[in-house]
Amino acid sequence: MSGYLLRRLLALLPTLLVASIIVFGVVRLVPGNVLDLMLSENDFASSSHETRAQLEEALGLDKPIYVQYLVWMKNIVLHGDLGDSLWRNTSVLSEIGERLPITLELGLLSLFFALLIAVPVGIYSAVRQETLGDHVGRTFSIVALAVPNFWAGTLVVILPAMWWGWAPPNEIEPFFESPIQNLKVFLVPSLILGASLSAVVMRMMRTMMLEVLRQDYVRTAWAKGLPERTVVMRHAVKNALIPVITLVGILVPILFGGTVIIEQIFRLPGIGQLLLDAVTARDYPIITGVFLVAGVLVMTVNLLVDLCYGLLDPKVRFDRK
Amino acid sequence: MNTDASGQGAASVAGHVADADQPVTGEAPRTLLQVRNLRTIFRHDHGSLTAVDGVSFDVRRGETLAIVGESGSGKSITAMSLLRLIPSPPGEIVDGEVEFDGRDLLELSDEEIRQIRGNEIAMIFQEPMTSLNPVLNIARQIGEPMEIHSRRDRDSIWKRCVDLLRQVRIPDPERRLKAYPHQFSGGMRQRAMIAMGLACEPKLIIADEPTTALDVTVQAQILELLKDLTRDHHSSMILITHDLGVVARYADRINVMYAGRIVERGTSDEIFNHPRHPYTLGLMESVPRLNDSDGTRLRPIPGQPPDLSNLPRGCPFHPRCRFAMDKCREAEPPLEQLSEEHWKACWVDLDDKH
Repeated sequence: MSGYLLRRLLALLPTLLVASIIVFGVVRLVPGNVLDLMLSENDFASSSHETRAQLEEALGLDKPIYVQYLVWMKNIVLHGDLGDSLWRNTSVLSEIGERLPITLELGLLSLFFALLIAVPVGIYSAVRQETLGDHVGRTFSIVALAVPNFWAGTLVVILPAMWWGWAPPNEIEPFFESPIQNLKVFLVPSLILGASLSAVVMRMMRTMMLEVLRQDYVRTAWAKGLPERTVVMRHAVKNALIPVITLVGILVPILFGGTVIIEQIFRLPGIGQLLLDAVTARDYPIITGVFLVAGVLVMTVNLLVDLCYGLLDPKVRFDRK
Repeated sequence: MNTDASGQGAASVAGHVADADQPVTGEAPRTLLQVRNLRTIFRHDHGSLTAVDGVSFDVRRGETLAIVGESGSGKSITAMSLLRLIPSPPGEIVDGEVEFDGRDLLELSDEEIRQIRGNEIAMIFQEPMTSLNPVLNIARQIGEPMEIHSRRDRDSIWKRCVDLLRQVRIPDPERRLKAYPHQFSGGMRQRAMIAMGLACEPKLIIADEPTTALDVTVQAQILELLKDLTRDHHSSMILITHDLGVVARYADRINVMYAGRIVERGTSDEIFNHPRHPYTLGLMESVPRLNDSDGTRLRPIPGQPPDLSNLPRGCPFHPRCRFAMDKCREAEPPLEQLSEEHWKACWVDLDDKH
């Protein structure tokens, strides 16, 4: 097991290297230039070429792009340093470190709500196929799938404000100091994000349960005289969860995309907002940093998903004999 | 099919159900299970088809009763209907009685039938590869019937599991119990299935094609094992198979099914040596025999098993029957008693023909 883990972690390195090259290159392809933005902001639009060259040199943007990449890489490998923001005198790592907990909490809570809705409803829908409950569950999932979360989020912010002058709180207290106040802020956004994710997961859960309930081993379980609860929960769910876990792994990057939008709507200062601001300002080190961190997160989730297979499926063995 | 004839006949053999609980004394065999006029249908978009059409038979204490027929003859559906394991919808048992040890299984509540499944009647299925749950270990799967139906604690269940694996001759049981199905060979999985079936010492074991998916060499071992174990436990067995070779060696009596009906019933000896229904005869002739030294060709039954949703008028077998007469095309023959143990549903008198 630990051998497997080590191999998998080592395998992350080449993937990250390739990802870093792509990220570094793509960011520079974004139209517009940080120099123009900075000069215009400071009303140096008409400034001389000299000023511009000085600024370019100060930011380290005068060197060829591959040299910039190598310098960036060298700092990461030697100092674990992702560079500094071009606009502020803060390091990228500290910027990300400040915002990441917010995004992680939003993401994890959304995932939690998504599974909390999807798994039981999916099971129920399959076991009581074609009943009222099944139809209600499936209707909910179609609606959740069809309604874009940015629209639902916007309505949740706007309508209560118009009707009752109430808006969702966004004063974030540290979780360990006042968890309730903290959760209050995250409740609504993560419910909206979770609901939209739950639709896909629920449909997958239902389909897999229907598939598994038709299997011979489920018939065997009935023939043993097991009560329905045991047949469903012990014999069917564990088998049906295996593909659902795969789906959850695939959904995590999508979830990350969702947090960018939801953070903007609910004014949560997370990674998403940081990224959006950085893109607008063409703050290259921040953008590349965020992407790199997101890449590491996604890869970690994939690793976790693979480890989950080992818990669910006895055919999966991590250690080579 | 004339169900009255078989019903009354069999009932007279069975005697009163009230004293069916008395121990078997070795004299007149007592009936453990009495199936009367069982009818199971499957509904589909354009109507329904009758998979089991008025089947009646008895299982006596301690005997092995075989149900033989081609695929689609309704033999597995009959077996599943006894324990009400037919998926519903689309399946439905629309008529009949299944009297087991004094209770009509079709009248019981869901909870009551659940108490019988795996406890008093156990089923062994045909696909050992897919009939065991891939994500649960063998101990859990064999121990489950006891966990549900007995008051044993974990230790005692474990000990009994070890004992059961020994009985089905799986070596090194303590280690094997912790294994998962994919670590077992096909034969071992079927042995594990049998151990599971025996766990609560059922009075009746229904074995649905228990050896179909196995190697020929393993088949014989499994059947010997089943035979020995049912004898040791004084259990009865319903052996469902399409393999006449299996039937000849292991069954006391045989029911031959065709198109959801029983078309011939008799002791193994009678069915093999004096088949009286052309379908049974056809089955015999389509099986190779080692003592056919003169190079007799196999004689397959022409045609296909009938479409159950569109059965021909008269005897359902007549389109494939080489003895068919006009009468066969018009009326369906009832199951008639020929002798003490021998019944057939056919208008033709085979003794005249060969």
